[in-house]
Amino acid sequence: MNITTILIIIGLLGVSAYYTGIRKSLVLREERLLHSTPVYHGAILAVNSSLASILFIIIWIFLEKNIFLELSSSRYILFIISILIFILTAIITFKKIKHEFKARDKLEKIIELFLLACSTLAVLVTIGIVLSVIFESNKFFSAVPISDFLFGTHWSPQMPIREDQVGSTGAFGAVPLFTGTFLIAFIAMCIAGPIGLMSAIYLSEYASKKVRDIVKPLTEILAGIPTVVYGFFAVIVVAPFIRNAGQHFGLEIASESALAAGLVMGVMIIPFVSSISDDVINAVPQNLKNGSLGLGATKSETIKKVIIPAALPGIIGGLLLAVSRAIGETMIVVMAAGMSANLTANPFEAVTTVTVQIVVLLVGDQEFDSPKTMSAFALGLVLFCVTLILNYIALHIVRKYREQYE
Amino acid sequence: MNNLKSRLAKEKRFKLYGIASITLALFLLSLLFVSIFSQGYTAFQETKIQLNINFSEEILDPNKTKDWEIIKKSNFSLLVKNSVNELFPNVSGRSNKRKLKKIISSSAEYQLRDYVKNNIEVIGTNQKIWVLADDDVDMLIKGHINRILPEDERRIDNDELKWIKFLESKKLIKKFFNKTFFTSGDSSESEQSGILGAFIGSLFALSITLILSFPIGIATAIYLEEFAPKNNKLIDFVEVNINNLAAVPSIIFGLLGLAIFLNFFGMPRSVPLVGGMVLSLMTLPTIIISSRAALKSVPPSIKEGALGVGASKIQAVFHHVVPVALPGMMTGTIIGLAQALGESAPLLIIGMVAFIVDIPQTMTDPATALPIQIYLWADTPERGFVERTSAAIMVLLVFLIFMNSAAIYLRKKFEKDIG
Repeated sequence: MNITTILIIIGLLGVSAYYTGIRKSLVLREERLLHSTPVYHGAILAVNSSLASILFIIIWIFLEKNIFLELSSSRYILFIISILIFILTAIITFKKIKHEFKARDKLEKIIELFLLACSTLAVLVTIGIVLSVIFESNKFFSAVPISDFLFGTHWSPQMPIREDQVGSTGAFGAVPLFTGTFLIAFIAMCIAGPIGLMSAIYLSEYASKKVRDIVKPLTEILAGIPTVVYGFFAVIVVAPFIRNAGQHFGLEIASESALAAGLVMGVMIIPFVSSISDDVINAVPQNLKNGSLGLGATKSETIKKVIIPAALPGIIGGLLLAVSRAIGETMIVVMAAGMSANLTANPFEAVTTVTVQIVVLLVGDQEFDSPKTMSAFALGLVLFCVTLILNYIALHIVRKYREQYE
Repeated sequence: MNNLKSRLAKEKRFKLYGIASITLALFLLSLLFVSIFSQGYTAFQETKIQLNINFSEEILDPNKTKDWEIIKKSNFSLLVKNSVNELFPNVSGRSNKRKLKKIISSSAEYQLRDYVKNNIEVIGTNQKIWVLADDDVDMLIKGHINRILPEDERRIDNDELKWIKFLESKKLIKKFFNKTFFTSGDSSESEQSGILGAFIGSLFALSITLILSFPIGIATAIYLEEFAPKNNKLIDFVEVNINNLAAVPSIIFGLLGLAIFLNFFGMPRSVPLVGGMVLSLMTLPTIIISSRAALKSVPPSIKEGALGVGASKIQAVFHHVVPVALPGMMTGTIIGLAQALGESAPLLIIGMVAFIVDIPQTMTDPATALPIQIYLWADTPERGFVERTSAAIMVLLVFLIFMNSAAIYLRKKFEKDIG
């Protein structure tokens, strides 16, 4: 007897409770009008009893894991008790159905509570993220000092199999990962920043409505393409192209160079930058533009000397959001960037990033208590904090900027 | 006035930068599509070779039992071998014969077995049957292997080339629509691999995502927009939370799934059920934010009208506001689901990345998802898999385009309704 069957049976019982409630209130209505219509009486009967037994099932499942694990027949006991609870609540509620019974008010209270419960889920998810990363990282930091992790420059997370093995301690200095991440994000922003900004300016200030209506959705397609597709594009088109071009000029370029991953990531972020810049530029009051144009400035002078300075906070906020996006991006770098940690600022070499290492450490078989797997959660903690701070600052700047012109 | 010329030149140049950056962005977009299409369109065909198979009774059913349980254990590979040898009687020597048999895919014997199972009366007869060719032959026929290259630089040597030319002259080798690609799971042989397993995995995960995130997301949006007390610190906190969750990198949700669902609650690894749960947490903020926008744009007169004629608050919201906002909410949900369909990082972390041949039957069978299948195939250097990776991407993109068009259609309808 599994949970699904129990739930289906409760559902069926709920339907019959619904009709029983309606029937009783219909009989009552023959005498005089009720406070609530019969539908509400049926519904409250069904909802009350199913809720009671479902709550019981949830509690039972939680306890079962810890206490009753040996009881092989526990599911049957659960079934019997939950049905009993259902019937008991149904009888109690059924007795309550009278002319004055405020079934609708009760039901509405339950619905509102349900809505409230749903909206706290978002908070629970955040708490869950924070707890899970902090809990595991904490275990990791008791094995590896936090200063070694944040400031160490050597990353090789293999743990020794034998005690006396050469290089027996894994090294968890994450600096090469941070520099790699920022190098790739920097290259991406060098592509996405100017292209995104310039296309936003052109579309909102120069292009005719017809051109805008065609081009804007087209650039937004870029945002809808899954990142794994960009990764494949980087591996199969961009990386070979860059390597061949490098050979042509006599440069030695790794096939998993930071440049290839960064370029493709930049392409992915273009629509992100351009749509935020577009919003921000359109929010600049028309008066400012008209004033500048009226004084005889050309359009480009107006844009450069009036619109961009006015929109600067918003643009910076948007760029920060894009940076946080680039830092957290996973698939492109997993496919196109390297696996080994190099401490370098040379875009032609292979570097690795925080997200790549999280994937490398956690994919495949893992024993859960080794520092190797726990270090992934420490990296996750850093990633979470950095993106959170970036987002917070960016959203704050954008909001302040919006308020300024409202 | 003397510098007017240079100012106008600057103006022109600035405008050109704008055009150049848009052109560049669109060029990169089309380069992406063209490169994937040109790599992948051939994967929708597969090469087959016609063999004249002698379903000899001696091999299949020497005791004339006609019992499938006995027949299924017989050597179907021998049938293929005999038929190929018969086709090329001049090939002699063990190694040459083995090479000859290699132009046929190893799936041929299973195909014959299934054929006999369904048509048990063919035993003792000769039948002409199209079987899959090996992936190298497939690549040659599709023109991905250059026939003019010197022998040691191509994967097909001169003998094999001679045989294939013979088959071509007899019209015994032909390209068909690639049914295998749409009806089988992953395989280590590219000609036998397909996307059905990954597709079903994605379907299972997405339905879990839809079941969980649609009601919860909409309920949250309704509460925050219609019922939550205004200027309440707690509610503000919830809102800030949701906005932040929308910007958390997807891989973090994978870590959450690994730590809470897998390790704390002990759910199984690699299953679509957990994948769908993680994806639904990820899409929840998208759905909440767009549903709130939809609710906000419903004219307040609708709600006030309902309240004015005596409806309770719940009745006004659920009977009058929500139905108007529903297309707008569904737009957000579809966009969220499209994101979830293309997402792979959190699924990697919870272990939905494995070589899985069988097609998942339930939500708790190990499975991969479409983007993960693309990632796995992209890692394989063989030309046959490159082709299939691109084709899988095309299938994924078709679904995304379909979902996004549905979202756009619903948005248009919504805008017309409240207009």
